Amino acid sequence: MSGFPILSALVWLPILAGIAVLALGSGEAGARRGKLVSLVASTVVFILSLPLYFGFDVTTAEMQFVERVSWIERFNVYYHLGLDGISLPLVLLTTLLTPLVVLAGWRVIQLRPAQYFAAFLFMEGLMIGVFAALDGLLFYVFWEAMLVPMFIIIGVWGGERRIYATVKFFLFTFLGSVFMLVALIYLYLQAGSYAILAFHDLPLTMREQQWIFVAFLLAFAVKVPMWPVHTWLPDAHVEAPTGGSVILAAVLLKMGGYGFVRFSLPITPDASAALAGVIIVLSLIAIIYIAFVALAQEDMKKLIAYSSIAHMGFVTLGFFVIFQIALGGAGGAGIFGGDGAMLALQGGMVQMISHGLISGALFLCVGVMYDRLHSRQIADYGGVVNTMPRFAALMVFFALANAGLPGTSGFVGEFLVILGSFQASFWLAFLAATTLVFGAAYTLWLVKRVVFGDVANEGVASLKDVDSREFFYLAVLAAGVLLLGVWPAPLLEVMEVTLASLLEHVQQTKL
Amino acid sequence: MESIYLSIILAPLAASVVVGLFGSRVGRAGAHWITIVGVSISFVLSLVVLADVLGGAEVYSGAVYQWGQVGGLSLEIGFLIDHLTALMITVVSFVSLAVHIYTIGYMADDDGYQRFFSYISLFTFAMLTLVMSNNFLQLFFGWEAVGVVSYLLIGFWFKRETAIFANMKAFLVNRVGDFGFLLGIATLLAFTGSLDYQTVFGAAEGLADERISLFSGTEWSVLTVACLGLFVGAMGKSAQMPLHVWLPDSMEGPTPISALIHAATMVTAGIFMVARMSPLFEYSQTALSVMLVIGATTAIFTGLLGIVQQDIKRIVAYSTLSQLGYMTVALGASAYAAGIFHLMTHAFFKALLFLAAGSVIIALHHEQDIRRMGGLRKYMPITYWTSVIGTLALIGFPGFSGFYSKDALIEAVHLSTTPGAGYAYWCVLLGVFVTALYSFRLLFVVFHGEERIDHHAREHLEESPKVVTVPLILLAIPSVVIGWITIGPVLFGGFFDDSIFVLAQQDVVGLVGEEFHGAAAFIVHAATHSVALYLAAAGALVAWFLYIRRPDLPGMLQARLAVMHRVLDNKYYFDWFNENVVAAATRMLAGSLWRVADAGVIDGVGINGSARGVRYLAGVVRNFQTGYLYHYAFAMIIGLTAFLVWLTFGG
Repeated sequence: MSGFPILSALVWLPILAGIAVLALGSGEAGARRGKLVSLVASTVVFILSLPLYFGFDVTTAEMQFVERVSWIERFNVYYHLGLDGISLPLVLLTTLLTPLVVLAGWRVIQLRPAQYFAAFLFMEGLMIGVFAALDGLLFYVFWEAMLVPMFIIIGVWGGERRIYATVKFFLFTFLGSVFMLVALIYLYLQAGSYAILAFHDLPLTMREQQWIFVAFLLAFAVKVPMWPVHTWLPDAHVEAPTGGSVILAAVLLKMGGYGFVRFSLPITPDASAALAGVIIVLSLIAIIYIAFVALAQEDMKKLIAYSSIAHMGFVTLGFFVIFQIALGGAGGAGIFGGDGAMLALQGGMVQMISHGLISGALFLCVGVMYDRLHSRQIADYGGVVNTMPRFAALMVFFALANAGLPGTSGFVGEFLVILGSFQASFWLAFLAATTLVFGAAYTLWLVKRVVFGDVANEGVASLKDVDSREFFYLAVLAAGVLLLGVWPAPLLEVMEVTLASLLEHVQQTKL
Repeated sequence: MESIYLSIILAPLAASVVVGLFGSRVGRAGAHWITIVGVSISFVLSLVVLADVLGGAEVYSGAVYQWGQVGGLSLEIGFLIDHLTALMITVVSFVSLAVHIYTIGYMADDDGYQRFFSYISLFTFAMLTLVMSNNFLQLFFGWEAVGVVSYLLIGFWFKRETAIFANMKAFLVNRVGDFGFLLGIATLLAFTGSLDYQTVFGAAEGLADERISLFSGTEWSVLTVACLGLFVGAMGKSAQMPLHVWLPDSMEGPTPISALIHAATMVTAGIFMVARMSPLFEYSQTALSVMLVIGATTAIFTGLLGIVQQDIKRIVAYSTLSQLGYMTVALGASAYAAGIFHLMTHAFFKALLFLAAGSVIIALHHEQDIRRMGGLRKYMPITYWTSVIGTLALIGFPGFSGFYSKDALIEAVHLSTTPGAGYAYWCVLLGVFVTALYSFRLLFVVFHGEERIDHHAREHLEESPKVVTVPLILLAIPSVVIGWITIGPVLFGGFFDDSIFVLAQQDVVGLVGEEFHGAAAFIVHAATHSVALYLAAAGALVAWFLYIRRPDLPGMLQARLAVMHRVLDNKYYFDWFNENVVAAATRMLAGSLWRVADAGVIDGVGINGSARGVRYLAGVVRNFQTGYLYHYAFAMIIGLTAFLVWLTFGG
């Protein structure tokens, strides 16, 4: 495989395919061809991404599959791509979900189908670009460009209040990103290049680190999203079409988490350590407060959106609690510190992948129901199991996974983060572990009201069970959720060395 | 042997998956044959393992595969096979097999026939995984997995509002327990660096002196914190007060699973787990005392509730709660072996009582109210006589299985010096009277006295089919003889020496054993040294007087003791409190956090406020709202592209 620019292929193939889909025209025949091209292209991209996993050397923290070409010589900007144990799983998550999302929109999208599928192809390429970019400016370009198809997806194929949702989404993410750009430019001025890995080793004073940390935080916190900048997410989800929600929850939110481990932790380790307490508190608020808010929701998508925020709380908790453990912070309770920090880091990463699969699946489940009854209101359902038994089995499975059932991927991340957090403080683990009760409460209550019970109304009585297309994409995700739950070792193994090296790096002060 | 261990858990799993996925293709007969073969394989292989262990095989502990590696911590899935495991897998697979057979008859007319078999096989897999584990990770997996199957089975009849409320309640209450359980596990990991039983147990003594500061100024023994956490888990699963509230409601599920899951196996997981962790609990007097008090309170107070219930299954359920309390008391007294011994005998006779109740229920076309039963003795002789056997075993009639396990347990508690043992002793002693009272009340009201049966039900009233009565007989045999046969070797013969650890100064089972001179002599000893036997007789006698001799009396008593009756009838208001205080407060908090904090403050004041500001200042938002979002987005892309082009080629 050496020599073949596999990452470039993964970035540009979907984008070119997207252009082709647009070019095929908008007539009925064009749309049909466009759909087919989208499915083939995204499937090819998925197959192309598999060698990344099988060819990945798990024994090194070095970047692999590296491509580096000078791009803007004057500013020392490079077209520089590469993967390590942190970005590889996220790329695979993206390549797995895109074909499923294309399938999910297959028969559903009537309005401008070609443009719809093209938007997802564009987004796939750009998202892979975000995860693979090793040049700060390149990263920023992908990061911003990726938003555009998302705005369009929500703004064009969204629900009634789509404009409000899009504006809100735009304001939040844009404001966050602007500060990140400033931080990147500052780092460039200090380092003389945009190489992210060079930023990692750049000595910075505490004051510089704090400013940069805050700038990054604004961008990443919005994406994750963290409390209190989370309110755009439920609105965006509610208005987005199913595919948009899936990509939003499964991949877009992960950009925030990815940003923390790629930028904040290694570039500003001292500021991260100093401000870890703040992030931990915000994470706990997400885990507990948001769980209560989720409980009160009457709209299925909103409920799952809030559930996403609560689950992402474990990601940020896992990433920042390491400073309370590894650096011998306040109240260290345990005796085997370093491994505790690894537990938390691994837990946060696993949680990202797992949440991608589970929340994606749950949004697809809501989509399946929405396509039939055109309602997201919990009150409009009840007793779905009577008319859609196969669907109900899958939805209950994903709900249990969402509630962190052992044997599913939803358990692994939370389990590791809680075990790790205990090393920092008993009470931290105590508060995080409340998700066992609250997470189960809102999820199972949703299941009780929507899936179980007698047939609630004529709409439910008229429901048809999932067809083979719908069954296929849900089953693929179910298999992934189960596999990672029963045997997470292959995923942990890929990330282990990279995260260990990251941990070692953040323990070195830059001051 | 490794492949045998693996087959024990995989056979029911495979059966469950096949029947679950291809239920309609394998058909009804296919469903029950496949699962019965699966569970039979487990049972036979369990016997092989038991024979192997009895033959003096070394304790086996080995990994099956590595679940994950994080830092220096290796998390593995694996088996621990010793006497305790061998006994548990035999009991679990035997009861499960009996229930599988019984289900053929009980669920014959149910639409969800295949689904039901798939679930109970899945349960068998999960329970076996739990008891065979050699590490905390797998223990927690099995622990939650049995909980999930229980959730699915309680809500099996998903059209019933009460069933789907009960299953959610069961899951959430269990999750409260699991919350403690997980923290207990986290504590152990933090201080031992391992989730492997052997490593953790090896470090136990040292942990007793290790201190952790939970509240400023107070220092706790690490081991006590860990053990209390684990015990909270046991309280959920084994339904100890105040986490007992889910078990009576779980009776919404079909009766076979009430027998299998909510009497014989799953609810005893907590008891098993504590016994398994005896090397930890032994060093924490605090945890032992807590178990004594909680167990004793549960034993007596839930038993009292059994007296006033009118639903046949709920009466047996309260009886289960009470007996679980007995087992917990045994654990608190360091009489782990006695607890496990009672767990085993109870599994047989309680499964029997549930299945007998189920036999009555189907004979009466799903009637569960004992006020509409009576005189069934002559219609259902097999059900009647097996019920009598179950009842005698439960109240501890001399020679029956429950007699040996309960009497040994009470004796052991009597000798215990752990703080709280005095209180516990009186509770379990009084509990004997209460047990006999509610048990014979049930027997008399259902099978004796005047017939109060509905006309329709009477017309078709007959003994249940063979698939129902054969399991009853299968379970009746051990209910009678298992205590007599096994008390010597299992309880006092050092059977658990390789699996249960007791400090010498707390070894009350050993003390009881010194007085033990054979099963027959034990009866004489009990008759001369303990009042328990006489209390049981008194309870039975009172029940006879109230429900046979003077059936008018209970009503009068109820009127006289109205306040007390109301308290019992409302189950000490636990449900009322949970629904009207805990659940209501949660809903209120949830609603107000959302509407006030999220939608009101953050969105209303913060976001929309600044959005209005932006609109006022720049008019940007207005552009969006005219629907030209596209334009804006494309403007952004074009701008970005132009900027890049300029950077790349310009200058």
